[in-house]
Amino acid sequence: MKMILTGNESAAWGARLSRPKVIAAYPITPQTSIIETIASFIANGEMDARYIRVESEHSAMAACIAAQNTGVRTYTATSAHGLALMHEVLIWASGARLPIVMSVVNRAMAPPWSVWTDQLDTMAERDSGWIQVYTQNNQEVLDSIIMSYKIAEKHNILLPTMVIEDAFILSHTSEGVDVPEQKKVDDFIGEYNPAFKLDPEEPAGFGSLIMPEGPYMEFRYKMALAMEEAKKEIKKVVEEFNETFNRNYSPFIEEYRTEDADAIMFVLGTIGSTAKDVVDSMRSEGYKVGVARLRYFRPFPAEEVRRLAKKTNMIGVVDRSYSFGPGADLFAETKSVLYNHTDIPVKNYVMGLGGRDITPAILRKVFLDMLHIAKEGVADKEIEWVGLQGDERWS
Amino acid sequence: MKKLTIPEEEHMLSGHTACLGCGATIAMRYVLKALGKNTILSIPACCWAVIPGVYPHRTLDVPLLYTAFEVTGAAISGIREALDAMGKEDVNVVGFAGDGGTADIGLQALSAAMERGHNVFYIMYDNEAYMNTGIQRSGSTPMGAWTTTTPGGKKRMYKWEPKKSVAEIMVAHHIPYVATATIAYPEDMIAKLKRAKEIKGPKFFQILSPCPTGWRHAPDKTVEISRLAVQTNVFPLYEVIDGKYKISIKPKNPKPVKEYLRLQGRFRHLTEEEIEKIQRHVDENWKALLKKERCSQEEE
Repeated sequence: MKMILTGNESAAWGARLSRPKVIAAYPITPQTSIIETIASFIANGEMDARYIRVESEHSAMAACIAAQNTGVRTYTATSAHGLALMHEVLIWASGARLPIVMSVVNRAMAPPWSVWTDQLDTMAERDSGWIQVYTQNNQEVLDSIIMSYKIAEKHNILLPTMVIEDAFILSHTSEGVDVPEQKKVDDFIGEYNPAFKLDPEEPAGFGSLIMPEGPYMEFRYKMALAMEEAKKEIKKVVEEFNETFNRNYSPFIEEYRTEDADAIMFVLGTIGSTAKDVVDSMRSEGYKVGVARLRYFRPFPAEEVRRLAKKTNMIGVVDRSYSFGPGADLFAETKSVLYNHTDIPVKNYVMGLGGRDITPAILRKVFLDMLHIAKEGVADKEIEWVGLQGDERWS
Repeated sequence: MKKLTIPEEEHMLSGHTACLGCGATIAMRYVLKALGKNTILSIPACCWAVIPGVYPHRTLDVPLLYTAFEVTGAAISGIREALDAMGKEDVNVVGFAGDGGTADIGLQALSAAMERGHNVFYIMYDNEAYMNTGIQRSGSTPMGAWTTTTPGGKKRMYKWEPKKSVAEIMVAHHIPYVATATIAYPEDMIAKLKRAKEIKGPKFFQILSPCPTGWRHAPDKTVEISRLAVQTNVFPLYEVIDGKYKISIKPKNPKPVKEYLRLQGRFRHLTEEEIEKIQRHVDENWKALLKKERCSQEEE
């Protein structure tokens, strides 16, 4: 069924179709309309779930952890400060191997207060043991939630998943979305089959004290293996989803006109769609540029990134966040997996923080800079902040 | 022959790792005797996160979810709603948390869970300080006590502020059942738990659980001190059902508070004047409790 939905309504529909039994949620801009939409689904009898209106995001995740550990599918959604408040229990959720699915609407972290899009919130949780999938349009928001339940709940994975959308650009923007039939989604995901649960018939303790010689380290190692294994399951599930629902998602990296590209822009989220537009117009002028949009940041698809690098002479990594280390997050990880595999220059373009607009004009200038570096064979610098006030080069 | 009022069934097995004379272990044993096997426990960071034993050992034969420190209220909400969604409404859901995890770091989640009205038990085993981390002051530490973060010193920096009344905070949430209990009165505790079990909605218990290690008393004095806390009116036993107070035990001739204090090293530094001040504080609280009982019953 075709509907006109915002990104947040698409997330709510994705959750509704996946039939979680417990939802625990707390409002925060720009996520709020997800949990409002779900509340009205439940209030109208269109969705059969228990809705816990918690007093904080920390409690939202804690309640999801407890409910999921009791044996039901759960869902929640948050943004920025809400996600940061959850930090402790995010690590709890993954360590407890609970396949919770959560929508995160990317928003900048204060101070100063900003409700607009920026990926620091999710990047700061990259080591929390969650699978992270970044989306580009409302259809992908909805579809990714369905796929995420299927991937996360496999007993060889059992890792929670964040389905991530950009604030406002997706969350509050309406698009045509194909909403799949309930029956088809039910058949695709199947009933929730927990690997373990709290049950008075079979009493067990979950999360007890463990000594250094106990299997703490082995538990972490198994999580690392599961994250690696998730690459195979993601590929399988995405292919199955494409076939069942008539879509064409690439599992890890969506490439656009990368085939003979002199330079490829590597991006996350909605920057991809703007970049594709710029690629089209520059291609028509004869510039050989392409764009690659990473979908899964966790697990990080090292092999696919290395294959991408083999196709081109230069990669420009765009980050909508900054890490106060060796460049921003996507850049640092891209460079690290390319080390010893390629000599092509890789440059970091940091832009759009706090929701600052990333326009086609700016991306065009970035592409021209990338082409110049591709020709020179060496980057002028590793990290470039693009679009700062008063910086004439990029405006 | 007198009928046994305390159930014979045991859900606390041997092999726990608590200190000698630990009141919190006795509290757990009675709680499980009263509620039975069809119970799921949620335990945050606290002494009871360690007492069940190191993985893979467990001294309880009911399912147990260990959680982060501040989440007991949220965790029991999640367990309850998941069970109800699966049609398992008969399972008791019990949060079992210390005073730090209840009066301080977990108060927000507790308050919200009670206000939302989930059908759960929240049991605060009150040993009056952060005992698992080694006796640091909590909001539930009583007036005058020594702890490692109120160590006295030259400036006599003890815990001079009154103990926070969590049971009263819970009464203000208008939940159907609030009770205090202590381990020296197991029949009272079990009768209250059984009454509460019949009530659908949030049930809150504050169980005074003496801690020989932190209170600095001999391990064989745990029950005696628990009894003295009631006989001196330091820790009155009462229940509040639908807003109506009912005091469980009214000592005819309350003993002086000094008798309770003198058995515990954490109060050894107190001067006669300071003990007088604590006595006045206890007397005032007791009078206020009598008034609450009278007023709430008069409404009938």
